[in-house]
Amino acid sequence: MNVLLAIVTGGLFGAGVFMLLRRNPFRLIVGLALLANAINLLIFTAAGLTRARPPLIPTGAEIPPENMADPLPQALILTAIVISFGLLAFTIVLFSRTFETLKVNDFAEMKERDE
Amino acid sequence: MLFALSAVFLMAMAAPWLGRLPSRMAGWVLSLVPLALTFFFLGKLGAVADGRTLTESWPWVPGLGVDLSFYLDGLSLMFTLLITGVGTLIFIYAGRYFHEAPAGRFFLWLSVFTGAMLGLVLAGNLITLFVFWELTSISSYFLIATDHKKESARKAALQALLVTGLGGQAFLAGSLLLGMAGGSLEIADLLTRGEAVRSHGLYLPALLLILAGAFTKSAQVPFHFWLPSAMEAPTPVSAFLHSVTMVKAGVYLLARLSPVLGGTEAWTVTVAAIGCVTMVAGAVMALFQSDMKRLLAYSTVNALGTMVFLLGIGTETAVKAAIVYVLVHSLYKGALFLVAGVVDHETGSRNVTSPRRLFRKMPIIASSAVLAGLSMAGLPPFFGYIGKELIYEGALKAPFAGFLLPTAAVTANLFLFATAALLVLRPFFGGTGETPPFHISPPEFFLGPAILGLSSLAVGIFPGLVDSTLIAGATKSVLAREIPVHLALWHGINTAFLLGILTFGAGVLLYAFRDSLERCLQGATRFAALGPARWYEWSLAVLNGTAVRQTRLLQHGRLNLYVLILFMTIAGLGLYTFFRGEGGWVLPNLLDARISEATVAGLILASAFLSIASPSRLAAVVAMGGVGYGVALIYVQFGAPDVAMTQFAVETVTVILFVLVIHRLPSYVRLSSRTSRMRDGIIALGTGGLMTLLVLAVLETGNESRLSGFFAEQAYPEGHGRNIVNVILVDFRALDTMGEITVLSLAGLGVYGLLKIRKRKEG
Amino acid sequence: MKSLILSTAAKYLLPMLLLFSAYLLLRGHDMPGGGFTGGLVAAAGFSLHGFAFGMSDAKRLLPARPLRLVGAGLLLVLGSGVFAMMKGDPFLTGTWTTLTLPGPGEWKIGTPLLFDLGVFLVVIGATLAVLLGLGRED
Repeated sequence: MNVLLAIVTGGLFGAGVFMLLRRNPFRLIVGLALLANAINLLIFTAAGLTRARPPLIPTGAEIPPENMADPLPQALILTAIVISFGLLAFTIVLFSRTFETLKVNDFAEMKERDE
Repeated sequence: MLFALSAVFLMAMAAPWLGRLPSRMAGWVLSLVPLALTFFFLGKLGAVADGRTLTESWPWVPGLGVDLSFYLDGLSLMFTLLITGVGTLIFIYAGRYFHEAPAGRFFLWLSVFTGAMLGLVLAGNLITLFVFWELTSISSYFLIATDHKKESARKAALQALLVTGLGGQAFLAGSLLLGMAGGSLEIADLLTRGEAVRSHGLYLPALLLILAGAFTKSAQVPFHFWLPSAMEAPTPVSAFLHSVTMVKAGVYLLARLSPVLGGTEAWTVTVAAIGCVTMVAGAVMALFQSDMKRLLAYSTVNALGTMVFLLGIGTETAVKAAIVYVLVHSLYKGALFLVAGVVDHETGSRNVTSPRRLFRKMPIIASSAVLAGLSMAGLPPFFGYIGKELIYEGALKAPFAGFLLPTAAVTANLFLFATAALLVLRPFFGGTGETPPFHISPPEFFLGPAILGLSSLAVGIFPGLVDSTLIAGATKSVLAREIPVHLALWHGINTAFLLGILTFGAGVLLYAFRDSLERCLQGATRFAALGPARWYEWSLAVLNGTAVRQTRLLQHGRLNLYVLILFMTIAGLGLYTFFRGEGGWVLPNLLDARISEATVAGLILASAFLSIASPSRLAAVVAMGGVGYGVALIYVQFGAPDVAMTQFAVETVTVILFVLVIHRLPSYVRLSSRTSRMRDGIIALGTGGLMTLLVLAVLETGNESRLSGFFAEQAYPEGHGRNIVNVILVDFRALDTMGEITVLSLAGLGVYGLLKIRKRKEG
Repeated sequence: MKSLILSTAAKYLLPMLLLFSAYLLLRGHDMPGGGFTGGLVAAAGFSLHGFAFGMSDAKRLLPARPLRLVGAGLLLVLGSGVFAMMKGDPFLTGTWTTLTLPGPGEWKIGTPLLFDLGVFLVVIGATLAVLLGLGRED
């Protein structure tokens, strides 16, 4: 399964990077979203996968059960998800504003206008 | 002492509100705080004069030996009283000075500066001192540029900030080296370890760096040029920062660290020589200024040079002279700056060379100017006379350089004498022109000059007011031993007395021939173009030019090129590491996947492909959502329900967001050529492949996080929670989460701002 | 774009989603859930209502403007941290106490719960600032 997830991670990275290289703002946003998922998956997979129980302590017990998933990368990813949402939202609004002002849908052309 | 500082910073917070009052009122109200502090610190005078030091300390960064600690001894107390005492007068004066303009922002920065300066002289830890040191530079930047619509003011502010800021960096580096050499950053500790520090290998670099900090702040040659430029500041600022307090911070630092760093040959040579040059150069340049404030600025350069010079000599007499001169100079220079401000304010001109008969127009101001001017000239029975005698004695008794030092001191003082004469005689009494009408300036204006001028006289006649308390205490701090201090006007006929008479005579002559001398020197001004001010201009131009060039090179503005370079670098470095790699990796068993997992993986990859290949935007968004939900399913399957729930929720909200804006975003048009798509495809495949290898390599090394174990075991006993992920988020690593939600808040704020701009434009 | 099905569903879904989000928030310390998830669910609920009845109507239902919620959340988080400082502990140290209530019996409360509530408010506020801001334009 590790190999499979490694391939999925790589695939998402490739797709994200390809979209980031496009000249159309909309594609760039899609690329950002893909890349965010890719990075979260990278952390998740690299921290070691177990088809394990969630990191919850059962009622009555004081210490966690054996064979439990690692809670630390989960905490990292959880905040990363919300942050990348914030980033994505800001980028979307920024680009929609830019488009409304400049009426240009091409980064290369925006650059020319700028000069 | 923390309480005193907090009071000043609270006052700074209140200043913008008080600024809504007529600024005259605001000045009076705000002056109550420094006034109260003056009495507060006067109350400590007895204890400190008895030889006690008062300390307070709060741990700040204990791991680095940085504490928020305060240290009040004779030296700090003298500076503290100067700051609060003169500060009181400045606030009152400034209120009137900004009579019409709203002065909330000005009072804010003036209060911040007062607090910073107090913190600087009270600090008991080098890092604490550095923080306040920088804060004085920053607040002085805003104060010099009070009139921020004027380009010259902005330029002068920047110049002062850059010069003193660079010095501040040197000072920080020097402090850290000193801390390593002395084994502590606490000034109290360092003061007892002078021997060890001076014999340490880091002594010389630490000394030079700290001197660089002190010399830039106290406007020593060749860094002196920022001080005359800073005269763009409103006059209350010049009077407070550029004569009484901030420029003396460097002198304070030298005095403070003199028991630790002083006494060596390196110290004596560097400090005394630089001080000596500054003393003479400042005095000479002052005489040939025609602007009252620039004249005062150069004579301040002279005074600062004198103090540094005396501290460099470092004998008992010289240190006593330096301390006395700090007080002498603050009294007369503060008064004269305030006088210059009134003259400027009420006549609109600050020219000193053309005769004006202002005595009739402003008799109280003129009288104060006379008092302060006589002290500046060093005539008995003024305090300045005592100061000058002591300077001569210090120079005469210096254990080196023979007659050179007294000669320099006499030269500087006779120029100073002539400057004082010029400053007082011409504007107030000179000429035969029309007599301006009689007029009494408002009390806010004459209060400061009169009090400071009268003090110069009073302390001269009754030196017992300060000598056994303030002066003796401060001298003891600098010398680290107690010496008797008895100041008097009359010491009998000795060499210093004779030199005084010589100064007087030569000074009168110099004043008489000043204008002809100026004409002779006209040619010499061409050399000024080669001075340090020009070096500053030049290095600033080079710096800006380099910045522009490198920005044009690196920040070309083509987004996809940035991304391209970024990922090619990552891929290149990554592949290099792999092929250089230490041992390969074993491919784990590919077949170790359940059907459900493989299905999800396939779903994700297919959706990802669809989202990049689809010609329709809506399809791309839907496919992108598919990727997100697929990833969430992976989280579900591998024991991360919290993450999965968050991912589902975020994915839903993201799709909603896209639906809301999709019609506002440009539709797809095929833009890039086939070749560039091929090229990008190769880069994308390369990066993706690399990441796959990376994951496998990481998995191969195996990683046991010690943190995870700790968190898991402590979650219930310490965190009272059964959901370990949540306990990490809200308890163990709550500070990270706080940073994270702050970012989220800023994103929300940013979006709000962007949308608001549009509304304003439309509406 | 008014749709009868959507508006009927939204009318019943909003209270349920809000209830669910509060449930997620409260049980988050012991079971999957917490401020982040809860906040997002609540925000999704409000925007669903916005789709059905218009964003300005959704905004009217909010107790305060979205950015005010963000500010309140940040203050709450800060407050939960400062609370520990007043006791002399480092910033953000969790402080717990047990209340005995007649109904549910023993009930442990502590500053981490306040912290999570702050996170909840920030997430709702920031998300709705974006969604309502964009939606209101139409």
